[in-house]
Amino acid sequence: MSSMTRSFFKTYFLWELFQGLRLTFRNLWVRKFTVAYPEEKTPQSPRFRGLHALRRYANGEERCIACKLCEAVCPALAITIESSTGPDGTRRTSRYDIDLFKCIYCGFCEEACPVDAVVETRIHEYHMERRGENIMSKDKLLAVGDRYEAMIAADKAADARYR
Amino acid sequence: MEALLNALPGWALLPDAVQTVGVIVAQIVPILIVLTLCVAYLTYAERKVIGYIQNRIGPNRVGFKGLLQPFADVLKLMLKEVVIPTNSNRFLFVIAPLLAIIPAFATWAVIPFNDHFVLADINAGLLYVLALTSVGVYGVILAGWASNSKYAFLGAMRSAAQIVAYEIAMGFALVGVLMAAGSLNLGDIVRAQGGGTLLSWFWLPLLPLFVVYFISGVAETNRAPFDVAEGESEIVAGFHVEYSGMAFAVFFLAEYANMILISALTALFFLGGWLSPFAGLPVLGDTFLAEPGFFWFALKTALFLFCFLWFRATFPRYRYDQIMRLGWKVFIPVTIIWIFVLGGMVHLEIGPWAR
Repeated sequence: MSSMTRSFFKTYFLWELFQGLRLTFRNLWVRKFTVAYPEEKTPQSPRFRGLHALRRYANGEERCIACKLCEAVCPALAITIESSTGPDGTRRTSRYDIDLFKCIYCGFCEEACPVDAVVETRIHEYHMERRGENIMSKDKLLAVGDRYEAMIAADKAADARYR
Repeated sequence: MEALLNALPGWALLPDAVQTVGVIVAQIVPILIVLTLCVAYLTYAERKVIGYIQNRIGPNRVGFKGLLQPFADVLKLMLKEVVIPTNSNRFLFVIAPLLAIIPAFATWAVIPFNDHFVLADINAGLLYVLALTSVGVYGVILAGWASNSKYAFLGAMRSAAQIVAYEIAMGFALVGVLMAAGSLNLGDIVRAQGGGTLLSWFWLPLLPLFVVYFISGVAETNRAPFDVAEGESEIVAGFHVEYSGMAFAVFFLAEYANMILISALTALFFLGGWLSPFAGLPVLGDTFLAEPGFFWFALKTALFLFCFLWFRATFPRYRYDQIMRLGWKVFIPVTIIWIFVLGGMVHLEIGPWAR
């Protein structure tokens, strides 16, 4: 059969169109990937970078020593730190703000921290209702850290062997 | 239906003319309601089928498995404001959606649902169908023109040229049906296909016309892959860019009603309408599967509707010049050639003309 007659039959019997239809019809019966989000959730890595937190030592002392490495490394300039001397004479932050609107969740602050004070937790379901709530002050960050310390510690432990 | 009305108190006292109108209205209203419900669930089916083909699950939030989704959509559209552009032609802008939907619904008057029930059993049913489906394009053109928007106008022009081109191929395909059935009455066309199994239906002797008719039907309704009239990547939304709220919903309704219409017509002309494909099979005996009835008509229509959705999920949009080429340089010659072949078949008395 010459190529012309072959292409004629291929065209008029809609050969390639039927091939395409066959493919889509087969996909009609393929298992669906959809995750019904609020009820089902996709698995999360312990390295997930979500909402920030400031941690404390087991004795309740703040980890952060106001070295400002996180502020320096932050590519989005989202962190603002002011330091002072604490009541016991140690170097402490008097202000530690993270602007969640500026933050790009790169995790560099966490990497830069020499004392594992600032971390990004797995929490990613949070919202702001009023202007200004995007600024995470030191109190709010510490509160997040206190509340989720168990999860943060477990995630850190799980990731430790790869560091 | 008449018995139901006769049971009404005082019905017999009404003048004859009022009674006749009453009976007709009592037949029209259920058809329209069922049709509108079908349209509503066609949109749901479309989203589900396309979702499944794309390995998603489609709408599943409103009601069980998302079954109330169409009503949520309608409610949303009804609550939205109908914006009428300042520089539009107000009168035409408002009646354009009606011009689109009235022919889509009016055509159902001559569609026979089974051997007995048809609203208007007129002899020129086929001509009526052709005439009304052609009128539908006015809604699109007027919507595009009255909007006074370049995108809408471009969409309307594209749609008009496309529908004119495919109308001819469609008409020629129906000439083949006419030759085979020897009647313009839709019920008689179906009856002419009876008397055998599914091999005696017109799809086999008229196979090229069947394919041409259905593809032209897809083009006529401006559905993918022929939906350049609303090609969102090029002209935003085509002829209905300026429409919102219920006015937009009416266009939407018209498009889906037209889809159902084309599917029903294809089932009637080529797949034997309400006839059963298993007629005469001894295994089935006298179960409803072997009986002709509305069930089969609905099933065949649903099959073609699925094809509409399937095509939309499969094929990329045609380029405009390719649409024109397909319409004028492929479909019209193919139909004309097949009409000549049919002429030969009639002369030699083979196929449906065997004695």
